Amino acid sequence: MKLNSREALQAFRSECKAALDKQKYKILVCGGSGCLAAGSKKIFDCLNNALVSRGLPVQLSIEEHVDHPEPVGLKTCGCHGLCSLAPLIRIEPAGILYMKVQPEDCDEIIERTILQGEVIDRLVYHDNGRAYSRQEDIPFYKSQTRVALANCGHIAAESIEEYIAVGGYSALEKALFDMTPDEVIAEVSDSGLRGRGGAGFPTGKKWSQVAAHKDAPVKYIVCNGDEGDPGAFMDCSIMEGDPHKMLEGMIIAGIACGATEAYIYVRAEYPNAVKRLSKAIEAAEKYGIVGDDIFGTGKSFHISISKGAGAFVCGEGSALTASIEGQRGMPRTKPPRSVDHGLFNAPTSLNNVETFANVPVIINRGAAWYKSIGTENNSGTKAFSLAGNIKNTGLIEVPMGTTLREIVFNIGGGVRTGTFKAVQIGGPSGGCLTEEHLDLPLDFDSTKKIGAIIGSGGMIVMGDDTCMVEIARFFMNFTKKESCGKCNTCREGIPRIQAILERITHGTGEMEDLDMLQELSSVVKSCSLCGLGKTATNPVLSTLKYFKDEYVAHVRDKKCPAGVCRSLCTMWIDPLKCIGCTKCARNCPTGAISGELRKPHTIDPEKCIKCRECKLGCPKHAIKEV
Amino acid sequence: MVKVDLTFIDSVLDKHGHSKTKAIAIMQDVQNEYKFLPKDALSYIAEKLGMSEAELYGVATFYENFSMNEKGKYIIKVCNGTACHVRKSDDVQEALYTATGMKPEDHMSEDGLFTIERVSCLGACGLAPVCTVNDVVHPAMTPEKMYKLIAELREAEGV
Repeated sequence: MKLNSREALQAFRSECKAALDKQKYKILVCGGSGCLAAGSKKIFDCLNNALVSRGLPVQLSIEEHVDHPEPVGLKTCGCHGLCSLAPLIRIEPAGILYMKVQPEDCDEIIERTILQGEVIDRLVYHDNGRAYSRQEDIPFYKSQTRVALANCGHIAAESIEEYIAVGGYSALEKALFDMTPDEVIAEVSDSGLRGRGGAGFPTGKKWSQVAAHKDAPVKYIVCNGDEGDPGAFMDCSIMEGDPHKMLEGMIIAGIACGATEAYIYVRAEYPNAVKRLSKAIEAAEKYGIVGDDIFGTGKSFHISISKGAGAFVCGEGSALTASIEGQRGMPRTKPPRSVDHGLFNAPTSLNNVETFANVPVIINRGAAWYKSIGTENNSGTKAFSLAGNIKNTGLIEVPMGTTLREIVFNIGGGVRTGTFKAVQIGGPSGGCLTEEHLDLPLDFDSTKKIGAIIGSGGMIVMGDDTCMVEIARFFMNFTKKESCGKCNTCREGIPRIQAILERITHGTGEMEDLDMLQELSSVVKSCSLCGLGKTATNPVLSTLKYFKDEYVAHVRDKKCPAGVCRSLCTMWIDPLKCIGCTKCARNCPTGAISGELRKPHTIDPEKCIKCRECKLGCPKHAIKEV
Repeated sequence: MVKVDLTFIDSVLDKHGHSKTKAIAIMQDVQNEYKFLPKDALSYIAEKLGMSEAELYGVATFYENFSMNEKGKYIIKVCNGTACHVRKSDDVQEALYTATGMKPEDHMSEDGLFTIERVSCLGACGLAPVCTVNDVVHPAMTPEKMYKLIAELREAEGV
């Protein structure tokens, strides 16, 4: 059914809304990557069975006809964010969030919560002796402001009808019928929206540069969903959890720029996102929202998906377009910039997933509203993925300018083990933030000032069991592999830096190495061709700046303070934990472990070759590296 | 040696309109079928797309996901993204090598059962460290769980 006019869309929206409002209860099972991995699909099936076996009127999609005035909606939604407690389900209208739900809990949930209206205490969030039955009261959610992720976890992820029911595609409607393309661009420019992919380039400015090519026979909108930073999964969650919001942003961009063709470049590592996006595009085509003659306006917009093939450098604009063209994803010298010569040499607006997801709300609620969130020059919100050594791992969205303390200690609940040491922000291109930065308002400009970047928003929290020299080595190892090899400094410089770090973590570094690291890193930073090389050495420079003492400990004292670098550690058995089971002594290939049965064992460091067979096999985790 | 079915390759080429710009998508479909890119298939695709073999090979080797080597029945990907790394994915990786008796340079275990790949971020950072076995995610891995997982896979195969 094509919606061929504004009236048709509005009529369809009221129809969808009425169908959604009819559902007395809504059970939303999280279908994000994290929850799926924890078995949420099985939970969905069990809940369905439990509903059906009780003869309850279950409705799996609002399109489905159920012969009952108040059906129970059961749906798969996008990421709820609290991934460490997966699988999660939300029950509306009460707003209950159940966590770590197991198949055997499903009958009880239907029986007690749906039929009798009770809250099952053991499944809700507990903190400091308090139980939180409502999702919105949990500290993790309370301090967040969800704009891009507003629908994530609240509507069925794969349903265009539900998206339309909650006001979806109304921004597109407004842009098409009430605004001119120039007004759309002006609204986005005024909102101060900056590219959420990392560089923070003003989105409206980019669009106006593409729109300025009035005579170009074809122009492109490209969505960068190549979320390559290890440890970042915000874009994945948007693509999986609310794909239509992103599509809507893309179509609005197309109308503003006068572009009719679009590509979404998604990492191949996100099969779920690819599946849901394909489904979303198909549904949008069915209703005439994507394709030719959108809502009878005569405007066209076509979207294709291009799957990445595993190259970090393809997150860079010119490499990404080369990859869509079927070539090796190597960046080229700029200018010309992609707004002038982008995909297939045509003017191209390349924006990130989260940037597009912010567009509909800006059009709907206006630039002034959007600007009221965040800080001066950094308006709106930013999604971050919180991972590493932190209690509440997951997906969050906060206003720009929120402090690191708020994110790590209030929302994240603090470190999981040990004490807080640093946060690596911006992935392999970013730097680390330490205790002294806890009260820094996080935005594009403030992080840049201290040698880090917000990047796409990956945040890895590290405690005292993480060695900062080893982390720098880890990132150099990563960028060494991912360097495309085109320019000299990146191709040759990074392996040299990595080799030095390798030496230091093996205890054979010298004090001169630290100066060499500094010098080489600065050269790679200033002389590389693209963003990958220009930012690749940030992790080295920032750890050198903030954790020089750790480097010195490795080089001069031949010690790894965090107990991570194996060559610098000795294996040690904690006599309080050892139960004397003799397993380690039997596993040891060099006979370095001795001790009597049921008495604490000891390791002879002279004989030990640090193969760690003992540690890996110990049932009591009594063996440590110190 | 894997025998390449040229009619299958033709169907893939047709699906993508024999377009040179779809070279990556074409190779992805072929790799989906064979789990790697057989040499004969590459030569054939290059010829049909009007590219030199070197050019297509250049594209294929640029991307991490394309493999020129035959894969085992179970492809085990151990995530070594930052979140997994910080949560000690190295230990999990090491246990995997020990359990399968493989070395980092091996493409496939001798019995043809396993291929180990080390990947940077599977996007399930909240459950770090993770691994996937033929794309099924196993969350919060430990060395013990890895030993158990391999034993179970072996048992399922009757080895």
